[in-house]
Amino acid sequence: MGFLEFLAQYWPRLLSGTWVTILIFACSAVLSIALSMIAGLCKLAPTPLLRAVAVCYVELFRGTSLLVQLYWIFFVLPLFGLTIEKFTAGCLAIGLNIGAYGAELVKGAVLAVPRGQWEAALAINMAPAQRMRRVILPQALVIALPAWGNLLIELLKATALVSLISVSDVMFEAKQINGQTFLSAQVFGAALVIYYILARCLLTPGMRSLEKRMRSKLGSA
Amino acid sequence: MTNLMNMPLQLTGDTTPVVSFRKVRKAYGPIVVLEDLNLDVAAGETVTIVGPSGSGKTTVLRVLMTLETINGGCIYVDGKPLTHMEKNGVLVPASQKYIRSRRSDIGMCFQHFNLFPHMTALENCMEGPVQVLNMPKAEARDRCVELLEMVGMLHKMDQHPSRLSGGQQQRVAIARALAMRPKVMLFDEVTSALDPEVIGEVTNVIRKLVAEHNLTMLMVTHQMGFARDISDRVCFFYGGKIEEQGTPAELFSNPQRERTQQFLRAVKEAI
Repeated sequence: MGFLEFLAQYWPRLLSGTWVTILIFACSAVLSIALSMIAGLCKLAPTPLLRAVAVCYVELFRGTSLLVQLYWIFFVLPLFGLTIEKFTAGCLAIGLNIGAYGAELVKGAVLAVPRGQWEAALAINMAPAQRMRRVILPQALVIALPAWGNLLIELLKATALVSLISVSDVMFEAKQINGQTFLSAQVFGAALVIYYILARCLLTPGMRSLEKRMRSKLGSA
Repeated sequence: MTNLMNMPLQLTGDTTPVVSFRKVRKAYGPIVVLEDLNLDVAAGETVTIVGPSGSGKTTVLRVLMTLETINGGCIYVDGKPLTHMEKNGVLVPASQKYIRSRRSDIGMCFQHFNLFPHMTALENCMEGPVQVLNMPKAEARDRCVELLEMVGMLHKMDQHPSRLSGGQQQRVAIARALAMRPKVMLFDEVTSALDPEVIGEVTNVIRKLVAEHNLTMLMVTHQMGFARDISDRVCFFYGGKIEEQGTPAELFSNPQRERTQQFLRAVKEAI
C-alpha cells in the first residue's frame, strides 16, 4: 500500500490521535511552565526550606527517567490508594518532568537580568515581590524564551510516551494501526511526519513570534 | 556595634545633619573599603566626593542607598538611624522592613542609568509613585510629566530607553529618582558612561536642581570642573577615608595634603 493510499484510509484515526497529542502537549506545557516558575523562584528564595523543596523537586524529576516517572504515577500510586486517570497521569508526569528542567531556565534567566535593574528597583524602594514581578520577571522571560522554545519541543516529543499507558495519542493510534495492518513503514512514517510538522510548523514559528513580540515590548527590536 | 550608644547625634533642631555617617566600616572579606568613616551632610548641602578609583567613593553612596550593608558603625538620616533600629534601648542591625520604611528619603542615579527597558520614559518615572507610594495614576502622571519637562525629556516620554541616547536616559533616570520626592539625592558617576558631547545636558540638569531646589545632594564624580562649580563642599577620598575636605576653592586651589595634591595634578595632566 502506498503512503498516500494509506493516509487516505487511516487519516481519521491519525487525526484524532494528533488532537490528543496536542491536548496533552497543551496541558503539560501549562503545568510545566507553572511548576518551573514556582520551583525556579523558590530556588532563589531567601528561605532555606523553600530552596530545599525546590532542589529536591528538580533533582528527583530531572535525575530519573520520564518513563519510570510515568509508570510510577499511573501504576504505582494506585497501590497507595491514589488512582489517577490516564490522561491526567500523562500530563502530570510530563509536566513535572519538564518543569524540573524549566526551573533551571527560570532561575538562570532571573540571575541573568543585570544587577543594575535590581538596584534601580531597590532605589525607588520597591518591595522584593514588586521588584520581581514588575522589573525582573518581565526581563527574565525574554531572556528565557529561546531556551523555552527548545524545551517545549522536547516536551512535545516526550508526549509520545503516554501511549505506553494507553492514552490514545498519535503514537498509540499508530501502534494500533500497525498491529492490525503491519504497515510499519507507512504508519510510523506518518507519525514521524506529524511530530515534525507540529514542532516545525506550529511550535517553532509560534515561539519565534512570541519572542519578537516580547522583544519589541522591551523596546530592543 | 558596642559603642554606638556612646556617640549619639547632637539633635539640635535645624542643625541636625540630613545624613550622618558615624564610624562606618565596610569591608569585603579582608579588603576594607570604608574605615571608620565620619561624614555629615547638612540640609540643602551639595557634597561632592572625589578621589582615585578604589578609594571607596561609590561605596559611600551604595551603603547610604542600602544597596550594601555596613560592617560597623551606623548611618543616620534625618537624625534617625537608617542601618540600625532601636530595640530595648540598643541599636541593632535594622530589619529589611525597617530599612524599607526609611529608604524612601533617599534617591539615587547610577552610572549606567539602569532604566527599566520594558517601560517607556514616562512609565519608568511613574513606576515608583504608583507602585510604591500608591499614588493615583493621574496624579503620578502629572508629577512625572512636570519632572520630565524639567529635565527636558517631555518630547520623548513615550519612548523606550533603547530609543534614547545615554544623556537622555540619564536625564530620565534623574526624573525617575526625583519622582519619589527624596530628601537626599545620590549621583554615582552619572556622567562617566556618557559620550563627551552629551555630558553637558546631564550636568546642566543637576546644576538646575542645585540652583532651584533645596535638595541635599551627595555626588561622586570625575568631572572636577563640575564639582567645583556646584559643590558646597568637596571631600577627597583616599583609602576608605576622607583625606581632606573643604570648599571647592580651598580643596582645588589650595590642597593641603600631599595625596590630594598628587591626585589633582594627575587629573589635570589627564586633561
